[in-house]
Amino acid sequence: MTEDLVLPAPRDAAPEVSGDPLLVVEGLTKHFPVKGGFPIRRTVGAVQAVDGIDLTVHVGESFGLVGESGCGKSTTGRLITRLLEPSAGKITYSGQDITHASRKQLAPIRSEIQMIFQDPYSSLNPRQTVGKIISGPMEINGIQPAGGREGRVRELLEIVGLNPEHYNRFPHEFSGGQRQRIGVARALALEPKLIVADEPVSALDVSIQAQVVNLLQEVQRELGIAFLFIAHDLAVVRHFSHRVAVMYLGKIIEVGDRDSIYTRPRHPYTHALLSAVPEVNLGDDETVGRERIRLAGDVPSPINPPTGCRFRTRCWKAQDKCATEEPPLIQISGNLAGHLTACHFPEEPTIEARDEDIVLDPALAALEES
Amino acid sequence: MTTLTKEAGAPSPADAGAFLSVRDLHVSFKTEDGIVRAVDGLSFDVQRGKTLGIVGESGSGKSVTNLTILGLHNPMFTTVEGEILLDGQELTTARESDLEKLRGNKVAMIFQDPLTALSPYYTVGRQIAEPYMKHMGASKKVAWARAVEMLGKVGIPNPKERAKDYPHQFSGGMRQRAMIAMALVCDPDLLIADEPTTALDVTVQAQILDLLKDLQQEFGSGIVFITHDLGVIADMADDIMVMYAGNAVERGTTNEVLRSPQHPYTWGLLNSMPRLDSDLGAPLAPIPGAPPSLLNPPSGCRFHPRCTFQDRVGGTRCVTERPLLAPDRASACHLTADQKRSIFIEEIKPRLG
Amino acid sequence: MLRFLVRRFLGAIVILFLLSIVTFLLFFGMPRDPGLLMCGKTCNPTSLANIHHVLGLDKPITTQYWIFLKNLVMGSNGFAQGPCPAPCFGYSYHTNDQVWATLIDRLPTTISLTLGGAFFFLLIGLGTGLLAAWKRGTLIDKTATAGAMVLSSMQIYFLGPLALALLVYQTHLFDKPAYNNFTANPVSWFSGLIIPWVVLSTIFAAQYTRMARSAMIEQLQEEHVRTAKAKGMSRRYVFFRYAWRGSLIPIVTIFGIDLGALLGGAIITEYTFSLPGLGNLAVQAVFFSDLPLLLGVMIFSATMILLFNIIVDACYAFIDPRVRLA
Repeated sequence: MTEDLVLPAPRDAAPEVSGDPLLVVEGLTKHFPVKGGFPIRRTVGAVQAVDGIDLTVHVGESFGLVGESGCGKSTTGRLITRLLEPSAGKITYSGQDITHASRKQLAPIRSEIQMIFQDPYSSLNPRQTVGKIISGPMEINGIQPAGGREGRVRELLEIVGLNPEHYNRFPHEFSGGQRQRIGVARALALEPKLIVADEPVSALDVSIQAQVVNLLQEVQRELGIAFLFIAHDLAVVRHFSHRVAVMYLGKIIEVGDRDSIYTRPRHPYTHALLSAVPEVNLGDDETVGRERIRLAGDVPSPINPPTGCRFRTRCWKAQDKCATEEPPLIQISGNLAGHLTACHFPEEPTIEARDEDIVLDPALAALEES
Repeated sequence: MTTLTKEAGAPSPADAGAFLSVRDLHVSFKTEDGIVRAVDGLSFDVQRGKTLGIVGESGSGKSVTNLTILGLHNPMFTTVEGEILLDGQELTTARESDLEKLRGNKVAMIFQDPLTALSPYYTVGRQIAEPYMKHMGASKKVAWARAVEMLGKVGIPNPKERAKDYPHQFSGGMRQRAMIAMALVCDPDLLIADEPTTALDVTVQAQILDLLKDLQQEFGSGIVFITHDLGVIADMADDIMVMYAGNAVERGTTNEVLRSPQHPYTWGLLNSMPRLDSDLGAPLAPIPGAPPSLLNPPSGCRFHPRCTFQDRVGGTRCVTERPLLAPDRASACHLTADQKRSIFIEEIKPRLG
Repeated sequence: MLRFLVRRFLGAIVILFLLSIVTFLLFFGMPRDPGLLMCGKTCNPTSLANIHHVLGLDKPITTQYWIFLKNLVMGSNGFAQGPCPAPCFGYSYHTNDQVWATLIDRLPTTISLTLGGAFFFLLIGLGTGLLAAWKRGTLIDKTATAGAMVLSSMQIYFLGPLALALLVYQTHLFDKPAYNNFTANPVSWFSGLIIPWVVLSTIFAAQYTRMARSAMIEQLQEEHVRTAKAKGMSRRYVFFRYAWRGSLIPIVTIFGIDLGALLGGAIITEYTFSLPGLGNLAVQAVFFSDLPLLLGVMIFSATMILLFNIIVDACYAFIDPRVRLA
């Protein structure tokens, strides 16, 4: 069984982002309570998973959200699809405030916002046929497409590169990549306007991952669906997204169009993140140098995040001001429009190698000294 | 803040003979569905002080191979054939007690997920000290002091106190550092690292990879580095072996394999991997299909059902005849050397941008 | 840890309180009138009313319950049979004995039966289980697994009479089961309980064999156990230091539940061998609608189960350091 992509070749004339905001998120916050205390257990603190983030996804745009584990990117996805209840802030979809909308109020919007999950093994009901899984959303929302539900499912299977004859098969009969295609078909069933994809390819092998990335890209371009693409893999996000936001400990620390973030980053964390990506240097020029930044230690706990700038505890430029004053997410001088950075002491807008590497890790520094 | 000097650290031994030699290794498992031929005729060498990167996707047999080297497979369900020579000693037929003396001593392993690979029931210090007591005959006190020293070396702050902690009290990166300390405690000649950074965040991964490289210079160990990530392998390895469905399909120095790859599977991997500097105009070029089931692997070249260059070979050779991998720089493919070169330069390379 | 224990004990008291209410209500929902049972053959409405009054059954149920609770905590002198010190469960309707004294009187039998049985079934069950796991796949393993499968499907009311018939009445190899005070005569204490122990431990040991074997095999496949092997630790060391440590959690959990339940009265075992323990007492209390006795046994059994639950949780902290800080 092969699963060659049957999609048309990509056109560079992809529909341009229209500019109308589809999803507007303001000050979005999610604090998970921490229980403790004696003798009666009560809330003694909060995991500040997401702490006041602003972002806008335009119609037909693909917006990437990157960050390391614990930065709150998955929580953000779940808040926007209202799988979690926000603690504060505002989510506006198509001009309608859905922050605390009830099930009933959400019903018409539910079909327009769909989600694709990371694990293609656990996000499909093993006891349902593929046909049932994909037609489920139509049934729940009482939608009767023109050619009947089964016809629509076959059409969807074809769109995602699966054999329509496999309508009656069960998820375990498919490989990981094919299962993720089923997940995509399910998300497309209701002709959504926004898809929140939470690490959709990180459980897949490299060769399969590329198939699914291409599929998502086709879907995004051909059908004009806006994506909130959540991932930790910076190269995949770059490949997929028009605009990118970098998250660290529940905050967006830098946001901008793809080129700004990947070639002219200003926030020290964005620099560190990009320089940490291991890359195959395919150029013939051996000396092509990227900067080398090695941070010390891991991300601090979101239960008790640092005051002021949250990155300051791992930042080589941190000064007293960083501890007392939280840097606002603004367009700092030298940035293009729409490129916002939350930093008091931004870096130069380049990713070229520096005169001297930045090695904050004491063990590395000691070993490299000797 | 320092710069890393990029020169070969440990001097290679005068004879330059391979420290680890694997010859025609076959590993198969009995399962309920039949016999899985996880590794099928694999040969490779690792030199002292050098790093061999083994790259492949899940099911390629890369992890199985390395469990087999140390005899960590379950003998009840596993059949191992072929030769594994470690410093001249044959391991496939070695007694369990002889293997015990090698494990953690001459050859140490680092596993993927440090949370599950460290015992939750004992302190980090104890787990590092154990092999030192066993192999070096050290007293508890001496071994503990050594554990603290090693923790300091891998960059655990305040190692004296942290040695008394349990793994769950460490962060992910710290745990993998402890794992490295445990592997290096007896100064092994060979370190087998099985996806040691896959479970880590990218900034932590960068720290750990650099740490491994720096420690290798200090300890002079050879490393077998297993990963699915070509970027990581490019960063770490001196030599690369690409594995697919239980076979090695290509081998050579890192430069050779990544800059002038010869096997269609390697081309596919390079083409399907997005990079930070790749051309954004074109879509990724994935390898069609999915890896085969090893219960019933394809005949001839195991890659042929996914290979788009079969017609260039002509005839049915790809389906009937298994291409062999020559020693040194080689690829297991029926395409001629000229074809490989011209296809890469004319069709593959331009797409890599 | 202390905080944890205090919290758990407070929780246990709440559960016991709820349990006593439920038992109280259930008793009054029963179609039988306990007064009628005491009234005897010459019963007439006047004497029945009299009995109801003496027993306090004519008061509203909430008042009765309140009196019960008060007596339990403070003791009481209000009983016709004499003073009743705390914890006072009152006097049995049937025997007119003080309930608490009866419980204490029956306790040594149950404790002897339980602890002796537990000693044997742990020793045999875990030993066989570990051996089977060590020799996995061999004939020893297969025999042990099959044997355990057969034996664990046995029931006391089948195996008990069988053992009695074969080993006691026909062959006279063993003494007839009876409880003899340990301090008075340890030998007869032992010989009187040996058959119940053997029967009890046969069934339990089979379960523990299966549990220990599967827990060990599961643990031996854990990654951290593989790591221990990869650093050169001997098979024995890996088996007993690494795998065994992880297997303790499920074993201790089940053992705590079993021990608590047995100490609260091994009803069928005691009944089968006519041993005068708490289990037998419970049967008697139900049979005679003996409310004070029933409440006493119920609350005592529940206390045992809850107590061992807490002990098990405390054991987790010793076995698994991850629990210590949580």
